[in-house]
Amino acid sequence: MSGTFVGMPAFPEAAREAVGDRTLRANLRHATHTIRAKRAAAVAEVSDWAQLREAGKRIKDHTLRRLDHYLVQLEEAVTAAGGTVHWAADADEANRIVAALVKETGESDLVKVKSMATQEIGLNEALEAEGIRAYETDLAELIVQLGRDRPSHILVPAIHRNRGEIRDIFAREMSAWGRPAPEGLTDTPAELAEAARLHLREKFLRAKVGISGANFMVAETGTLVVVESEGNGRMCLTLPETLISVVGIEKIVPTWRDLEVFLQTLPRSSTAERMNPYTSTWTGTTDGDGPRTFHLVLLDNGRTDTLADEVGRQALRCIRCSACLNVCPVYERAGGHAYGSVYPGPIGAILSPQLRGTGSEIDASLPYASSLCGACYEVCPVAIDIPEVLVHLRERVVQGGPVTREGNKVVVKPAKGHAAERAAMRAARWAFGRPGALRAGQRLASRTRGLHPRTLPGPGRAWSASRDLPAVPAEPFRDWWQRTNGGTADGTSGEGAAK
Amino acid sequence: MSSRERILGRVRRALADVPRDDTPYGEAVARDYLREHGARDTAATVELLAENLTEYRALVHRCAEGELPAVLARLLAERRAATVLVPPGLDETWLARSDVARVADLAGSGAHELDRVDSVVTACAVAVAETGTIVLDGGPDQGRRRITLVPDHHICVVRVPEQVVSSVPQALERLDPLRPSTWISGPSATSDIELDRVEGVHGPRTLEVVLVG
Ligand code: SF4
Repeated sequence: MSGTFVGMPAFPEAAREAVGDRTLRANLRHATHTIRAKRAAAVAEVSDWAQLREAGKRIKDHTLRRLDHYLVQLEEAVTAAGGTVHWAADADEANRIVAALVKETGESDLVKVKSMATQEIGLNEALEAEGIRAYETDLAELIVQLGRDRPSHILVPAIHRNRGEIRDIFAREMSAWGRPAPEGLTDTPAELAEAARLHLREKFLRAKVGISGANFMVAETGTLVVVESEGNGRMCLTLPETLISVVGIEKIVPTWRDLEVFLQTLPRSSTAERMNPYTSTWTGTTDGDGPRTFHLVLLDNGRTDTLADEVGRQALRCIRCSACLNVCPVYERAGGHAYGSVYPGPIGAILSPQLRGTGSEIDASLPYASSLCGACYEVCPVAIDIPEVLVHLRERVVQGGPVTREGNKVVVKPAKGHAAERAAMRAARWAFGRPGALRAGQRLASRTRGLHPRTLPGPGRAWSASRDLPAVPAEPFRDWWQRTNGGTADGTSGEGAAK
Repeated sequence: MSSRERILGRVRRALADVPRDDTPYGEAVARDYLREHGARDTAATVELLAENLTEYRALVHRCAEGELPAVLARLLAERRAATVLVPPGLDETWLARSDVARVADLAGSGAHELDRVDSVVTACAVAVAETGTIVLDGGPDQGRRRITLVPDHHICVVRVPEQVVSSVPQALERLDPLRPSTWISGPSATSDIELDRVEGVHGPRTLEVVLVG
C-alpha cells in the first residue's frame, strides 16, 4: 500500500495527468462546488464570524508564541490524568515509539481513526514493516486503504472515487482484510455504507489497541478532542484497552474555554454543518469508561522549523478544515494527489515545503501551485494569509536564504540554475492556461469578501507585535505573468474557458 | 539529549525573535464574539433545539414529565426492541411502563454483549439549541461512552428547559473537562461516497430525543 508520497513528480506534471482524468475532474468539481456553497451558507448564519475568526487566529498565535510553556503544561496535565506523554522529534522516532507501544500489548492488529499526522509520518507502512496491521476505519480511508490508493482531500479523502469504483473495490478486496462484502453488493451509497459497517464492526468489537490523532489538545486540563462524523472515531477511542494518540505539537489550545471558538468555526468551515455528528473529549483515562492505558505522542517533524520562520509560522494555526481546498481553482482541477503530500490544496502548498524543506522538485514547485487569487485566505477560519506565505516561499526557492532545518540555522542556495523558474513557469502556464478556473476563484473571492474582511480590525494582522510587516509584493501573480511572459497560454486549454 | 529537551529547545530558539509576553491569558485574547446568537426566550430556545435536531434527522418527541414512561414504552415497542440497555443511575420510573427486558451495563460486559442489545435509553448533561447537539458526560444516568455507541437505537431524554442552552460557549461552561464527553448532533452520518449523505455508518442509526417538561 502506498500511503506516502515520496518520489512524486513535481506539481505541474502531476497536475497535468490529473486534469486528463475525467472521473477525477467531475468528482472534484461536484464535491468542491457543493461544499463551497454550503459552507458560505453555514458561515453566513453566524453574525459574529469575523470576531470568531479573529479570536481563533489570536488564540493560536498566542499559543504558538509560548509553545514551550503550553507543551510542558499539557504534559503535566495529561500525566496527572493517568496518561503517558512521549516526544517524537521526527517521523521515524514517532513510528518507533508507536510500534514499541503496540508490541508491548502483544497485539498485531489495531484500529485507526483517520488522522493527518499519522499519514504524514507513514505510520501504517512503518507498522506493517513490524508485522502490525493498522485498519483504517473512516469510510473514505477504508476505500483508500482497500484500493491501495492515496487520500486526495483532507475531509473526503476518497472523493476521487465514484460509487461504481467503490463497489468494485469492496467486492474485490474486503475478503482479504476481514469480513467479505455482501453477495450482490450494488453501488448505492446506503448499501456501500452498510457493507463498510459490517466489515468494520467485526474489527471494532475485538480491537485491543486504537490509534488516533486529535483536533485539539487543551494545555490547562490535558484534554484531547476528536471531531468526526461517522462514529468510527468513537469506536477507536472508547472500545480498545490501549489508546495511542499521535498529535502535532501545534494542536494545543491553552484552555477548555478556547474550544468555544473552534467548535463553532471548524464544523462550519469543514463540512458546512452547524456541528459535526460526533465530538469526543477525554482527559487521560477514566475508571471503567474507555481505554485503561493512554499514550500521547507529541510530534515535531518539521513543526519547530516552521515555527522559526517569521512569515511561514502562521501555517501552524491551521485546524485542517479543508475550506481552502474547496475554494481553490487550482485544487479543483488538479486534485489532491498532484500536491504530493498528505496536505493537499493551498494549505499543502505552504505547509509541506516548510515541514519538509524545499529541497525536492515537488516541494520547490508547490509554492507555485497557486494563482494567488486569495480565496483561500478569505475562507480560512484562522485567517492564515496563504498568499503571503506562498510569495515568501517563492522567494526562498528562487533566491535562497536562511532557514531552520531540524533545529539548525542553515542557508539554502537558490534552486539550481533556472530550475525554480522553470518549475514556476510550468506551473503558471498550467494554471493560467485555464482562465475559467482562475476567474471562478476570483469571482468567489469577491462574492465572499463582505463576509470576511481582508483587513481585520485591531493589531492582529502582524503575527508578532514587534515584527516588521513583510513587504508583500502587491502585484498579483497573474499580472506578473502577463508582464513577464505575455500571458501566452500553452494551447492545451479549452475546458477552463468553457465554464 | 532527550527528544523532549530537543523539541523544547527548538521551540525556544524558533521564538527568539518574539518578545516574551507575560500578559495573563485571560487578557491576551479579545473575546468580542457573541455568547449566543439572537435573543430568544426559553420556549423559543427549546423550539430551536427541536428544529435543529430534526434537521439532523434525529426523531424528536415532546412530552410532559408524567407522560415520559408511556412515551418511552411506545418508542421501544414501535422499534420492536427485545432488550434495552440502562445506565446504572437512570431514573427507574422512566421505564416503569415498558416490559422490554432491561440489561444493565456491567463493568465486565464487553463490546460483543452491547452489540446484541436493541436499544439504549439515557439522560444527557446539556443540549445546545443553536447546533442541535446533545452532550453526554458519563454521569450515572448516561453511563459509559460505549453504551450509546454500539447499540443501533439510542433514545436520549433531555429535561427542558433546565438542560437546554443556546450556544456552544454556554454548553462548555457547564461541562467538567476532566469527565469524558460525547457531543452528538444527529445520528452517525457519512458523505464519503459522492457526497451523498448516509445515516449510521458506525454509531446508532436511529437517534430519538425526548424533550420532557
Ligand atoms: S489553512 Fe485555513 S482554510 Fe485551509 S485547512 Fe487550514 S484552517 Fe482550513
